[in-house]
Amino acid sequence: MTMLPATTDKKLGLVIDLDTCVGCHACVVSCKEWNTSGYGVPLSDQDPYGAEPVGSWLNRIHTFEIMPEPKLAKPKGQGVGEVIGMAGEARVVHFPKSCLHCEDAPCVTVCPTGASYKRVEDGIVLVDEDKCIGCGLCAWSCAYGAREMDAAAGVMKKCTLCVDRIYNEELEEIDRQPACVKTCPAGARHFGDLGDPNSAVSQLVADRGGFDLMPEQGNKPVNKYLPPRKRTALGEGAMPAAGAADANDTSSADGLLGWIDRALSGGSAKGAN
Amino acid sequence: MHPALSVIAFTSLSGAGYGLAIVLGTGHGNPGFLATKIAWILALALIAIGLLCSTLHLGNPQRAWRAFSQWRSSWLSREGVLAILTFIPLGLLALMSLFMDEFNSVLGYIAAFLSIATVASTAMIYGSLRTIPAWHTMWTLASYLAVSLTTGTMLYLTFFGREAGTDSAAIWNWLAIVFLIITWGIRMVWMNRARTVGYGDSSMESATGLGGLGKVRLLERPHAMGNYLTNEMAFRVARKHEDKFWRIALVLGLVVPVICLIIATYAPSFGFLRVIGTASLFAGVFMDRWLFFAVARHAVGLYYGGDEALVPAE
Repeated sequence: MTMLPATTDKKLGLVIDLDTCVGCHACVVSCKEWNTSGYGVPLSDQDPYGAEPVGSWLNRIHTFEIMPEPKLAKPKGQGVGEVIGMAGEARVVHFPKSCLHCEDAPCVTVCPTGASYKRVEDGIVLVDEDKCIGCGLCAWSCAYGAREMDAAAGVMKKCTLCVDRIYNEELEEIDRQPACVKTCPAGARHFGDLGDPNSAVSQLVADRGGFDLMPEQGNKPVNKYLPPRKRTALGEGAMPAAGAADANDTSSADGLLGWIDRALSGGSAKGAN
Repeated sequence: MHPALSVIAFTSLSGAGYGLAIVLGTGHGNPGFLATKIAWILALALIAIGLLCSTLHLGNPQRAWRAFSQWRSSWLSREGVLAILTFIPLGLLALMSLFMDEFNSVLGYIAAFLSIATVASTAMIYGSLRTIPAWHTMWTLASYLAVSLTTGTMLYLTFFGREAGTDSAAIWNWLAIVFLIITWGIRMVWMNRARTVGYGDSSMESATGLGGLGKVRLLERPHAMGNYLTNEMAFRVARKHEDKFWRIALVLGLVVPVICLIIATYAPSFGFLRVIGTASLFAGVFMDRWLFFAVARHAVGLYYGGDEALVPAE
């Protein structure tokens, strides 16, 4: 049924730490490995070793660059101009993205067949592939690009939160986690009940200021993202102060390095070149 | 958004079929005339061809019957249910005209109402998507209804205005001109909005949540080649030429049909020009509907770099 449940007993989801993720794509690969032989039809690839390989993946990593001060060219009479360059110290953020298991999931309500649904017991959004006609409307309704049509089977694929792992009593209890969480070598992905304010993931979100992606779309995503931590300043003397006239100004060096600097500079005035 | 030919053909052809059904259902056309009989068959054929086209883009069309089940939440499901319901009065009226030379105005109004509701559902499939700001407006609904009625009116007028009409051809010519101007006026409002609305309230900063750190730019895509998402939703080919395409759509869809209709009104021996005007209108509508998809930005494009590009300083 494609009506959304008013509430769900649990809100199972992921918390993804953008500070910790190193962009290794291990979660991408382990997701594909588990899910191509798990819930539903395989995740097919087309032309995998050819010139233009494509395939369905449930988890992808984008890499973004953030510049603190964009330089804008402002054409006359216009408020915001085009970005023509960047200034300041850049940051690179690796950004894993899979289904956010939204509370107000538009992919569920647009489904004409009832194939797309949200579970009352844990809030996981799933596709019943036997009912899916492959119209693609749910993928259109998803702002996050969490759904991909499988070109071989003609049905919509999406993250199941490894529903066939997390309740799987054949597995050791420690392994009853989504494959991406279990495999992450950096510990950047966390799984738990975000509906329970006392759960470890909820605490993490509270401590680190976890946020929603595109809150303006009104989907109320369950998955949360943790922001990159503030950069710690480099030690004194390691870098010239911002705006220093002379990039080789070593006047702030002290201790052993300061002594070497002074000795090599001819022992005259501290900081002279 | 990627403009799929099957969806463009479906919405344009079935829209014209429903438009023609609205004209006929509101009591126009003598049910005994051969032209009216052909008109009923044409309306039903256009709707049926359109619906068949719409199943071409499905991954599993053999399960299409399931799409009638979720009418409580899904506009696509509502469209399917309404399309089937509309066939009942339309089919009955067509049979009455074909074999009994009769028309029933109660059935006619039911058919016209259901036709409008079906076209409106089609429009709302697009209009209800928050992810595509260009579509997420009531102007989308207005566009689909207006285009449907105008193409239907032109079809009626072109082939049947003179023989089957209960009014004079000149009145229908002027009515069609008014419809054409209103329709393309609505399309113009839609297009101006669509081309400035971009990604709406969303940005690469809100999509990543990293706006607090500065200006966000895509450094690396998830993988080197395209994927389902970029093929389906990050369509860029048309953007470069959209001005040109839009002007062509206006000339074919508005200017040519209006000139044809004016000549046909004052020089009845040039009545054949209405056929050319209608053909031209259809070409314009196809082009316009192609643009409807091509100019629309989907929020997911923000994860693939959006429209931002580093342009070298002049």
